[in-house]
Amino acid sequence: MTGQISGEWPLYEVFVRGKRGLNHVHVGSLHAPDDQLALRHARDVYTRRNEGVSIWVVRSSAITASSPDEKDPLFAPSGDKVYRHPTFYDIPADVPHM
Amino acid sequence: MSVVAEPAHEPAHDAEPEAELEARFQSVIARKDRIEPRDWMPDAYRRTLVRQVAQHAHSEIIGMQPEGSWISRAPSLRRKAILLAKVQDEAGHGLYLYSAAETLGVSRQELTEMLISGRQKYSSIFNYPTLSYADMGTIGWLVDGAAICNQVPLCRTSFGPYGRAMIRICKEESFHQRQGYELLATMMRGTDEQRAMVQESVDRFWWPSLMMFGPPDDASPNTAQSMAWGVKTHTNDELRQRFVDMTVPQAAALGVTLPDPDLVWNEQRGAHDFGQPDWDELWAVVKGNGPCNAQRVAHRKRAWDDGAWVREAALAFANGPGTGSDFGTGTGTGTGTGTDNDGTETA
Repeated sequence: MTGQISGEWPLYEVFVRGKRGLNHVHVGSLHAPDDQLALRHARDVYTRRNEGVSIWVVRSSAITASSPDEKDPLFAPSGDKVYRHPTFYDIPADVPHM
Repeated sequence: MSVVAEPAHEPAHDAEPEAELEARFQSVIARKDRIEPRDWMPDAYRRTLVRQVAQHAHSEIIGMQPEGSWISRAPSLRRKAILLAKVQDEAGHGLYLYSAAETLGVSRQELTEMLISGRQKYSSIFNYPTLSYADMGTIGWLVDGAAICNQVPLCRTSFGPYGRAMIRICKEESFHQRQGYELLATMMRGTDEQRAMVQESVDRFWWPSLMMFGPPDDASPNTAQSMAWGVKTHTNDELRQRFVDMTVPQAAALGVTLPDPDLVWNEQRGAHDFGQPDWDELWAVVKGNGPCNAQRVAHRKRAWDDGAWVREAALAFANGPGTGSDFGTGTGTGTGTGTDNDGTETA
């Protein structure tokens, strides 16, 4: 090793679209020196068996994420709103198509 | 497109790939597969989708107004919480759809400006006023019911982002219809006066709900092309028929009369015969002469204008000093070495 690359390559998150019509879904991450190589590596690491038709890679450092520690305050507002669910409403069994 | 074989020099060089692209596009459509934003697509397909998705998004956003005006007058805390949640969903649905439209290369600001200037439309149903709280039930039952009829097949529309937005919306829409039906059923178990309110509301909304499916097939010039592209999968009249057939037994269970003397079960067709809405009325409302057109657009424009300083302030804050603008460039194309940014990850 000549030490040309100092430190670790940046981390990338990989998203794969399984087939047309589906969302890109996060499948994992990898290290790569740049965007193009991240794509190339993502293909080799995550789609060796036709797992996808499209790949997105994005630097992990570009992602803003909620942290697990924040779970309660962040998601609490929807916790007690049962009326947002269709099952909250009693519809007689003889009313069709609802 | 020319049927004469072109000599293989420069002009044909341009035309060749286009024909290939067109062929690939058509084969995706023929397989009932999905077109995704980075795929080549014909300009007319893109224009049709921008028009339809934008109109759909605008309908969700304008659709907040007829119900929103009743939030402060909800008869109980329970009903108020439900109505708030529903109007909040409509805002969300509008945002899902604007995002889908933006993948076609049109900006959010352009879309809003086209709505406000009247160059793009929204569903004519929202140009009718809401005169009583029973209307909150009727809108959920009939208007959202009609929307569901329209939207369920759109989950399989040929443009991927639009279909995915519809899947999320349909999941949430079921709550909208059920809360409306439950509201009406509660009123029907109440006083004579409450029952009369429900019937009066259904009388007003029945015909405009049927108009939501658009003009009859023989007056809908865009339908054939939209179906050929897989943007639409059913004609307006097919969906209208489906809605009527689903709604009639629901109306019977509720105990209301649908205001159509021609509505009758047709044994031979295995479907209901029903009267035609007043199509002149639909065209008048679409052209801007409905009871609330001016009010709806003026309200949206006021919200947009009043919010201008908020948008400007947020942008100024985001671009302000000390917010990391020094690494705001160079992440886009990524054709360089990319090593200039390494070592910034601490994870």
